[in-house]
Amino acid sequence: MDSALATPHEHAAHEEHEHVVLPQHRHHFETEEQQREAGSFGMWLFLLTEIMFFGGMFFAYLLYRNWYYPAFAAASNQLSVPLGAFNTVVLITSGFCMALGVWASEVRKKGLLVLMLILTTFFGLVFLGVKTVEYHEKYEKHHIPGDRFSISMFTNPAAYPETKDEKPLAPDMAQKTQIFFFLYFAMTGMHALHMIIGIGLLAWLIKRANRGDFTEGYVAPIENFGLYWHFVDIVWLFLFPLLYLINRHPLH
Amino acid sequence: MSTTTIVSLPDQSTAKMPKRNYLNNEHGLLSWLLTGDHKRIAILYLISITFFFFIGGAFAGLIRLELLTPQSDLVAADTYNKFFTMHGIIMIFLFLVPSVPATLGNFLIPIMLGAKDLAFPKINLLSWYLYVIGGIFTMAALVLGGVDTGWTFTTPLSTHYLNTHVLTTATGIFIAGFASIFTGLNFIVTIHRMRAPGMTWFRMPLFVWSHYAASLLMVLGTPVLAIALVLVALERTLGIGVFDPSKGGDPLLFQHLFWFYSHPAVYIMILPGMGVISEVISTFSRKRVFGYTAVAFSSVAIALFGFFVWEHHMFIMGVSNYSALVFSLLTMLVAVPSAIKVFNWAFTLQKGSITFETPMLYAFAFIGLFTIGGLTGVFLGSLGMDIHLTETYFIVAHFHFVMVGGMLMAFLAGIHFWWPKMTGRMYPESLSKLSAVTSFIGFNLTFMPQFILGYMGMPRRYAAYPPEFQVLNVLSTAGATVLGVGFALPLLYLGWSLKYGAIAGNNPWQATGLEWQIQSPPLTENFIETPIMDHEAYDYEWLANKTKYEVTTVG
Amino acid sequence: MGISPVLWQFLTKWLHHSALFPAEASGISPYVDELYFFLLLMTIVGTTLVAIIVFGFSIRYRRAKNPVATQVEGSTLLEATWTIIPLAIFLLVFVWGALLYFRIYNPPTNAMNIYVVGKQWMWKAEHPGGQHEINALHIPTGQPIQLTMISQDVFHSFSIPDFRVKREVIPGRYSTVWFEPTVPGEYHLFCTQYCGTQHSGMIGTITVLTPEDYKKWLQQSTSGMSLSQNGERLFASMGCNACHSGNAAARGPNLAGVYGSKLTLADGGQVLVNDAYLRDAILNPSQHVTAGFAPIMPTYQGQISEDGLIDLVEYIKNLQSNYRVQQTLVTSASDQAAPTTPTQGTTTPEMVKP
Repeated sequence: MDSALATPHEHAAHEEHEHVVLPQHRHHFETEEQQREAGSFGMWLFLLTEIMFFGGMFFAYLLYRNWYYPAFAAASNQLSVPLGAFNTVVLITSGFCMALGVWASEVRKKGLLVLMLILTTFFGLVFLGVKTVEYHEKYEKHHIPGDRFSISMFTNPAAYPETKDEKPLAPDMAQKTQIFFFLYFAMTGMHALHMIIGIGLLAWLIKRANRGDFTEGYVAPIENFGLYWHFVDIVWLFLFPLLYLINRHPLH
Repeated sequence: MSTTTIVSLPDQSTAKMPKRNYLNNEHGLLSWLLTGDHKRIAILYLISITFFFFIGGAFAGLIRLELLTPQSDLVAADTYNKFFTMHGIIMIFLFLVPSVPATLGNFLIPIMLGAKDLAFPKINLLSWYLYVIGGIFTMAALVLGGVDTGWTFTTPLSTHYLNTHVLTTATGIFIAGFASIFTGLNFIVTIHRMRAPGMTWFRMPLFVWSHYAASLLMVLGTPVLAIALVLVALERTLGIGVFDPSKGGDPLLFQHLFWFYSHPAVYIMILPGMGVISEVISTFSRKRVFGYTAVAFSSVAIALFGFFVWEHHMFIMGVSNYSALVFSLLTMLVAVPSAIKVFNWAFTLQKGSITFETPMLYAFAFIGLFTIGGLTGVFLGSLGMDIHLTETYFIVAHFHFVMVGGMLMAFLAGIHFWWPKMTGRMYPESLSKLSAVTSFIGFNLTFMPQFILGYMGMPRRYAAYPPEFQVLNVLSTAGATVLGVGFALPLLYLGWSLKYGAIAGNNPWQATGLEWQIQSPPLTENFIETPIMDHEAYDYEWLANKTKYEVTTVG
Repeated sequence: MGISPVLWQFLTKWLHHSALFPAEASGISPYVDELYFFLLLMTIVGTTLVAIIVFGFSIRYRRAKNPVATQVEGSTLLEATWTIIPLAIFLLVFVWGALLYFRIYNPPTNAMNIYVVGKQWMWKAEHPGGQHEINALHIPTGQPIQLTMISQDVFHSFSIPDFRVKREVIPGRYSTVWFEPTVPGEYHLFCTQYCGTQHSGMIGTITVLTPEDYKKWLQQSTSGMSLSQNGERLFASMGCNACHSGNAAARGPNLAGVYGSKLTLADGGQVLVNDAYLRDAILNPSQHVTAGFAPIMPTYQGQISEDGLIDLVEYIKNLQSNYRVQQTLVTSASDQAAPTTPTQGTTTPEMVKP
C-alpha cells in the first residue's frame, strides 16, 4: 500500500496515546492542539477581513473630515458625549466579563462561565439600548440623512437651546453635515449589526455552556468568540473618539 | 540517474476502479449537499461554475452577434448594455474567481499537503452555499430584467441614474464575495497548520504556493469590495450623497474603493492558474520546475505588489499627475515577477523529457497568450500610452488575453491534468487535443483583431460603431464561434469519459506529488496513514525509485 | 524621431488607409505612435523569444530524443538576467510614458479654451465667442486648444482617437485636456466611459479647419451673446454684483483681474485662481473665503446649471474693470433690493436659465 510515503511504526504507536477521542475532535486534525490552533488562527484571519471591511468606511471618513472639517465638528457636537462615554464603559465591561468567561471555561467553572456569558450579553444589550435612544434622538432632530434631513440647527444655531453657543455654518458647509451623519449611521450601524450577530451567538453559547459543553476542556468556541467580541469592542474604541470627540473642549 | 523506463499512460489491462472512494462512500443527494469532504465540495463547485460559465458564454455570443453589424440592430441599446454587464459579472465573480481555487484548490490542497481535509470543512461547505446563493441572486436579477451598470458599477450611474436591478446584483456579488473570503481563509489556515510531517514550506508544490498568494488577496481585498457595494446600496436606497458631488460627496471615492479590490481580483484569478501551469510543465518535462524558489517568491510578490497598483485603472480620471506617476511605476514593478515565472517555466523544458498531452498543450497556449496579454498590460501601465488606449477595445483584448488565453487555458489544463485523479477515468486524448487546438485558434481570431480596433479608437461597451470598424468585428465574431466550439467540446467528452473513459489508475502521468501516490478517485479520508514527506517537491529521482512498488492497483 | 520621417509617414499613412490605424491629426499623435511601435516591438520580440525557447526546447528535448530528464535546480545568473532586463525595459517604458503623459495633460499657457459639457447622451461645446455646438467641435489647425470639461450627470469621457487624447468628464469638477490639430479634416469624437443607454450614441465629429476657414466659420455661427456676455447678465441677475461691486467697502472681494492671480485665503493658505477654483467658490463658498472677508456668501448649489457656471467663470476670467458691474448695480438697485441670503432649512432649488 503506498498511500503513505513512510509509516514508521513508532509514529503509529505514539499516535495511539493522543487518540483519546474527545467529543469535539474533528477527524481531519491530527491532534487537539492542531485543531485549537487552527481555529484560533482562522478567527484572527476573519478579524483581519473585518478590519479591511470597516477600513473602507474609515477611509471615507478620513477623506471627508479632511475636506469638511467645520461641518464634521459641528455635527459631532450633536452627539451626546455622556451617552457615548457611558456606552464605551459598558462595552469595556462587557469585554471584561467575556475575558472572565474565557478564564472560567479554562478552569472549568461552569456556573461562573454561564454567569459571565449572561453578563456579557446583558451589557451588550445595554449598549444597543443606548444606541437606540441616540438614534431616536437623531430621528427627532431631523438628523437622519435623506429627505427629512434638516440643516437649520447648523445654519441658525441660536434658535435652538442645544446649540445656542455654537457658531453658525454657511449653508453649503451645513449641507456637508449630512455626510457626517451618514458616516455616523453607517459606521455605528455596521458596528451594531456585528454586535447583534454577536449577541445571537452568545445566546447559543450560553445554552451550550449551561449543558457543560465548554467546561470539560473544550475552550475553543469561547476563546474564539472572545476574540470576535473584543474586536467589536476595539472598533467602538475607534469610533467613539472619531465620531463623538471632534473638536471638543473639555472646559466647555 | 534512474534506469527504469517511465510509463506515461496507464496500463489499461490491469487498471481497475478502486472499490471504495469518495464518490461511492456515501449515497444520496443529502450526502452531497451536507458533505464536509473537500473533494465532494470541489465537485459541487465544478458543476456550478460550469453552469455559470455557459451562461456567461451565451452572453458573450450575443454580444458578438450584435457586433457583427455597425448599427445597434439586433437588440435595443439597453439590452446590449445588460448583455455585457451580465457577461462581465458572471464570468468574473461566478466563474473566474472561484474557478481553480474552489474546484482544483479545494480538491487538491489537503492531499498535496498530506492532510485529511481542509482546516474548516463546514466553512468550506458554507462557502459553496454562499456562492450558490450569490449566483441565485444574480440569476434573479437576470430573470427580472437584468442589470446594466457594467461590472464596474460606476457611480453616479449605478446610484442615481439607472432603474434596473442594481441592488439584487450587488447583493449577489456581496454574498459570493464571502464565499471567496472563506475559501481563502480556509486555505491559509490549512497551509500554515496542517502540513504533514516533513512538509516544509519549500517542499510544497508550487500549486500550493500560488493558492496561498491568491488566498492572501482574497482575504484582504474582497472585504473592500463588500463595503463599496454596501455604500452603493445605501446611497441608492437612502439617497445620501457619499458619492454625489452635489451633496459634497466624491464619485472618485467609489473608484478607489472599487479598484482597491478589483485589481487584486485579477491576481486572485490568475495566480491559481499559474500554479496549475507549474505542475503541468513539470510533469510533462519530467523535471523539477526551474528556479522553484524564484517561482514561489514571485507568487507572493505578485500578491503583495498587486495591492499597490489600483490607481492604474484611473489614470484619465483626473487623479493627480504625481499619484499617477507612482502607480505607473508600481505597475511596472508588478509585471516583473510574472515575467520571471514565464521564463522559469520555459527553462523547465530545457533538458527535460517532454511529451505533449492535452494538459501540456493548454500550458503552452497559456505561456504564449499570457505573455502577450501581460506585455500589453505594460502598454496600459505606461501613462502616455494609456491615455489613448484606455476604455477602448485594446483593454478588452488585453484582459481577455490574460483571463481567457491565460486563466481559462490554465483551468482547462488543470481539469484535464487532474481529471483522472478526480474521477478515476481518462478522457479521450485525440478529441481533447483537437479541442485545445480549436480553442487556441478561435481565441486568437477573436481577440487579436480587438487590439487593432482598440488602437483605432473603437470604444468598449459600444453597441453601435462607425462602419470602418466592421471587418475586424466580423473577424472577431467568427473567431468567437470557433472558440465556443472549442470550449463546448470538453463538456461533451469529459461527460462521456465518466462512463466510457479508460480507467486511469493511481498515476497515469507518472507525476510527483502526494496526490499521485494515492488511488484515483481518492478515499474520503485521502490517506490511510499520515504521510511523511522526506523528499523535495518534484523529485523525479525519488519517483523513479518508487515505480518498483506499483503503477496501477486497486484500493 | 528614431526613423526617417519619410518612412514614418509612409508607414502610418499606409496603415491608416488599410483601416488598421488611426490618422495622425494632432501634434502629439506621432509621439504616441512612436511609443506604441516601441511597445509593439517589445511585445513581438518578447513573445518570439519565449516562443523560440519553448518550441526550441520542446523539439530538442522531446521524449523520443531525450528519454531521461536531467534535474536542474536553477540558475541565479539566468534569474538575474530575466529579472533585470525586463525591469529595465519596463522602467524605460515608464519614463517614456510619464513624459508623454505630462505633455498631454499640461496645456501650454497660450491655449485657446473651449468649454465642453457632457450629459446623457450628448456633448455641448461652448466657444468663448458664444458659438454653441452639439456633438461637434470646429477648431483651427496650428493652435493649441484646451478643453475645460464637466459632466452634468454621470462619468463620461471625451475621446478623439486621431488626436490620441482622451480625458474623463466628471460630475462636480472640471477636467482639462489639450491638443494642437495639424491636419484639416473630420475626425471621430467618442464617449469612452459607459454612461447608460445611449453610450454608443454619444459620438460626434471634430472638424479641423485651416485658420482662414475657421475664421469664416466663427463669423457664420455666432449665436448672439458670447459666454462672458451671458455671464455678465447672470452676474447681475443673480445678485453677485451686490457684494462683488468692486467698491472699497464691498462685502465681497473685487473680482476684476482676480483670475490667474494668487489669492490668500482666510485660513492662511494660498491658492491659484483658476476655472476650478471659481466654480467651486460659487458652489461651496465657505471653503474659499478670501482673507479679510467674512464667510457670508450664500451657496448657489442647485440654483445654477453647469452651463451657467461656465458663463460666470468665463465672465470673471475676462473681467478687467468693475465699471460695468457698478453700472448694473445702479440700474438694478432702483427697482429692487439685492436678494438676501437663503436661510432656514434646505435651500430650494431654482434653476436659473442662462
